[in-house]
Amino acid sequence: MVTKDPRVSIPDEWFRKKGEDHERAEAVVRPSLSYWKDAWRRLRKNKLAMGGLVFLVILTLLAIFGPVFSPYEVTATDLRNQNMAPSAAHWFGTDEMGRDVFTRTWYGARISLFVGVMAALIDFFIGIIYGGVSGYKGGRTDSIMMRIIEILYGLPHLLVVILLMVVMGPSLTTIIVALTITGWVGMARIVRGQVLQIKNFEFVTASKSFGARTPRIIRKNLLPNTMGPIIVQMTLTVPSAIFAEAFLSFLGLGIQAPYASWGVMANDALPVILSGDWWRLFFPAFFISITMFAFNVLGDGMQDALDPKLRG
Amino acid sequence: MPLYILKRFIMMIVTVLIIATLTFVLMRAIPGSPFDEERTSNPTIQANLEKFYKLDQPMPIQYLNYLKSIVTFDYGPSIKKPNESVNTLLARGFPISFELGMATIIVAVISGIILGTFAALRHNGIIDYGAMTFAVVGISIPNFVLATLLIQQVAVNWHLLPPATWSSPKHMILPIIALATGPTAIIARLTRASMLEVLTQDYIKMARAKGLSPFRIVARHALRNALMPVVTIMGTMLAGILTGTFVIEKIFAIPGMGKYFVESINNRDYPVIMGSTVFYSAFLVFMLFLVDIVYGFLDPRIKLHKKEGEV
Repeated sequence: MVTKDPRVSIPDEWFRKKGEDHERAEAVVRPSLSYWKDAWRRLRKNKLAMGGLVFLVILTLLAIFGPVFSPYEVTATDLRNQNMAPSAAHWFGTDEMGRDVFTRTWYGARISLFVGVMAALIDFFIGIIYGGVSGYKGGRTDSIMMRIIEILYGLPHLLVVILLMVVMGPSLTTIIVALTITGWVGMARIVRGQVLQIKNFEFVTASKSFGARTPRIIRKNLLPNTMGPIIVQMTLTVPSAIFAEAFLSFLGLGIQAPYASWGVMANDALPVILSGDWWRLFFPAFFISITMFAFNVLGDGMQDALDPKLRG
Repeated sequence: MPLYILKRFIMMIVTVLIIATLTFVLMRAIPGSPFDEERTSNPTIQANLEKFYKLDQPMPIQYLNYLKSIVTFDYGPSIKKPNESVNTLLARGFPISFELGMATIIVAVISGIILGTFAALRHNGIIDYGAMTFAVVGISIPNFVLATLLIQQVAVNWHLLPPATWSSPKHMILPIIALATGPTAIIARLTRASMLEVLTQDYIKMARAKGLSPFRIVARHALRNALMPVVTIMGTMLAGILTGTFVIEKIFAIPGMGKYFVESINNRDYPVIMGSTVFYSAFLVFMLFLVDIVYGFLDPRIKLHKKEGEV
């Protein structure tokens, strides 16, 4: 409806009636993105997090294929070439038994990544079941389950892990078992908190009124909506598991020689740093740090990307 | 409040009891006796040894003895160092570890809070980026790596500070830096995040509107509230620092509890392992208890008797 102001005369023909465009009335201007697509879009903008992701992909590839490019075996000793500085033959130098540090670094990467990922996965499964049940059931069950968690949370984790390592004997399995026995608690707390929040939303009520049973509701309604914080927690579990493995190996409780893990390599390098054999310490230390760094920035980035409140 | 403290206290006792029991069960689950390596010992000596360490009694009695030893703080003699009791080791080592741990906490809390606060005040500025870069790097470098790097560079290459032992304040600088960097980074991140949130609150605007100086606003009004999350993680952080002292003491050859603990692990000296684990755990759980109570006092919003089912 055009109202003409008598003080300005605008000819009628200047006005053009815009036809009602029925076809486009319902069109959505912003492209519809699923939660995950949107999160991915925002994560991609975060250069640091993407850098971390790219590094981790490369590291994983090197962990798998790195030893293939090396003519040396991981445990092969060469007593004529002990403590050699990095050279064309040994890119990262050799250790006190003449073992090739380059090859050992990628074997160390395998162990670190394996321990980290396994710890995160096992935490994930235990945490989801425990936290899901606790949060969904609520009431007395929740109360009791949370008291148990509170007590476990108060345990000094690394001490318990050390104790378990002493008893079970050092091995890769032991490390993972020991780490997950204490590690799932954090995940369970997060899942429970989320479930507690979501279970009263309308769509869950709707699902219930359709006759969905508890396992279905947990699987179809609750878990998908708690995935964001869970994934962030998993990403941040990996570096702490890698740290714990290195820490234990450093104390002599982890992987045993002649096998390599970054912690073992750093520990072995300790006596020789005073004599200036820097590469012995530098390579494992560098890779532990940068891997943890990559996981940390990736976790931070995912935290921002998966938080619907920060959606731009 | 008294009810809350009582409840926490009971939880603390239960936790210590669980740790003690777990330690006992785990140590007894190891096959063989601790004297198996001593091949010279004939059955009589073996039996006498077991009698001396009270290993010949039935399990439940052993367990009760063990619980009694915990309550009375008498952890018995070491197996590998027969002339020393676990108590003497603890008495010699723990004060040093405690010193290292406390110094680390103090350094970490002060520098972390300052760093985090300035980062928040200069949000997205150079200080902010600098502090947060430091924080992520600090969290990512394991303390033992940092410690060895510090020894190599500062002590060996530059001859600035002594590389080992714990004999003068100068000797303490490197271990404290190595141990405090991680916690500093965590505290700085937390402080920054909660400070950013607090600074947008209405009462800060109000304080500004009243014409208070920026320093007063931050120090009196913002910081108090922004520090709550820091208090929350103090407990777990303490645990991390105390276990961190193990490796730091190993690297810097500091004669603290960590050194004895690592030694006892390596030569399977069970009474020492058990004694120090229980002692350390009890100490940590007690610290957590204190943190909880302090938290209750600090935050008036926390109703000290929480509703059922809340954590």
